[in-house]
Amino acid sequence: MNTTRTAATARYLVLTGMAVAVLLPFVSIVLAALHPSGAQISGLSIPESWTWSNFADAWRAANFSNLVKSSLIIAAGVVPLALVLATLAAYSLATLNPLGGRAISVGFVLGLTLPIELVVIPLYFDLRQLGLTNSYVGVILAETALFMPFGVYWMQTHFASIPGELLEAARVDGARSFTILARVLMPISWPAITTLGLLYFMWSWNQFLLVIVLMQNPDMRTAPSGLGFFVGQYSTNIPLLSAASLIVIGPIVVLYLIFQRNFVSGITQGAIKG
Amino acid sequence: MADTDTAVLPGRTPVRPGGTSPVRGRRRRSRRLIALAYIAPAALVYIGFAIWPAIHTVYLSFLSWDGILPATWAGLDNYRAIFTDSMLGPSLWHAIVLILFFAVIPCALGLFMTALLQGTTRGMTTFRVIFFLPQVLPLVAVGITWRWLYNDEGLVNQGLRAVGLDGVTRAWLGDYNLALIALGFIGTWAMSGLCMVLFLAGAQKIDTSLYEAVAIDGGGPVRRFFAVTLPALRGEITIASVITTIAALASFDLVFVTTNGGPANQTTVPGLLVYRLAFNESNIGGAAALAVVLTLIVIVFVTAIRRLTREKP
Repeated sequence: MNTTRTAATARYLVLTGMAVAVLLPFVSIVLAALHPSGAQISGLSIPESWTWSNFADAWRAANFSNLVKSSLIIAAGVVPLALVLATLAAYSLATLNPLGGRAISVGFVLGLTLPIELVVIPLYFDLRQLGLTNSYVGVILAETALFMPFGVYWMQTHFASIPGELLEAARVDGARSFTILARVLMPISWPAITTLGLLYFMWSWNQFLLVIVLMQNPDMRTAPSGLGFFVGQYSTNIPLLSAASLIVIGPIVVLYLIFQRNFVSGITQGAIKG
Repeated sequence: MADTDTAVLPGRTPVRPGGTSPVRGRRRRSRRLIALAYIAPAALVYIGFAIWPAIHTVYLSFLSWDGILPATWAGLDNYRAIFTDSMLGPSLWHAIVLILFFAVIPCALGLFMTALLQGTTRGMTTFRVIFFLPQVLPLVAVGITWRWLYNDEGLVNQGLRAVGLDGVTRAWLGDYNLALIALGFIGTWAMSGLCMVLFLAGAQKIDTSLYEAVAIDGGGPVRRFFAVTLPALRGEITIASVITTIAALASFDLVFVTTNGGPANQTTVPGLLVYRLAFNESNIGGAAALAVVLTLIVIVFVTAIRRLTREKP
């Protein structure tokens, strides 16, 4: 009895140690962000006076009003568009037995391993010709395309897990394929769609390379990509940089804490089924 | 009734009963064509904005082009440059070194923790939320945070001083020999949680009677791990290695904000040079060739991992 309790204590000590290792960097930048702007600070130090103005200063200096607006516009385009397209395609691939469906599924899945580096150069030159650089539409379409393999795959696995009898019953009742999707499948698919939507939002919010290439206009960049250039300008002002970083990770951390189950299951299950 | 054979799992073609009438066959065929209409919008966007650019990159890699003037055919020159240029070759090597820190160490650590923690359930939700946190953050912000931690006055050096290792302190990301390793450890920090969460979830599904069987045979915890846990986690190990290896090879964001390839090009990675060649140095062909080689390396590694971890009959 005693040994099991010792073992359990040891386990929790290890777990706590790991948790501290993960969290310390955050503690460090939160403390740094609360020091006076431009202050010389060291590692983990409690500021003598708590300075909240860094957040407002960083917001102004990096022009976060524009950056966050761009981020939200892009996410508001990518998330619904990618969800609808992926759901429609996955529904067909999973239940309608389309001509060449197997090959199409493989074609989508192949996209999961392709690095963004492979597509970013022609995307820039082709979209520039179409007038779609420095354009929200260009970034939205490009991100939708890049996120499509995971979405189709995720929804296809979901639809395939629904018992066939349910679809049969609807078909016997004479429901058409779109009616089945809208009336029978959608009501029971919201958890899967919510998870996918959250992942799409996260990937869209975090996307960096694609945005700095397709958005040459600094005012149209997203929050992380703006931050990437902000570092260069204020590289020595640790409190200001820390505040800016916290502004950029804030929304995604809040979403994560609210929907942690969806995020964890989305990333781990989405990966495992592949 | 007619459709009993169309409700299938993805990727499994239904076995068609032999005696279908031509009329029903034709109707089914037209229905299978209509089914394509559902896929069309997704496929169009995917082909137009992902597949076509990928093919276009391959074409560009055979050209000599500055992005403005007419391009000329370069044959394999851009590829030859990758293996002779003093910048390009090392960047591929750096990316492969990063695999150690992004993939190998996190997976090993994840397995070790799984062996240690298996069966622990109370409070795991909180720990899982914490361990998984780095997965959802923009790497740019992670990079800026670590720039500060690795700073002369940052947490890492403060910690070293606290334990009396004043002699080792340095600006880690500016150190000629250690910058790449310092960069790699950021990956270790970010990826270990993912591996742990994946493995712990997988280990929960293991039938406990298997462990009892090992115990009856007189096997200890080490035997238990190698005989039961490790084989049972085959699938999770494959996935974790694939995800983390791709993250290492195709890294860009993190390097861009932490070292930007420095000091003295000791931390250049292919992603960074693809960006630089194409958009700062107007060497589109060279950038495209490097992107193609990078993709091939990703495919080789992913295939190798799948082969290595595949179940042996």
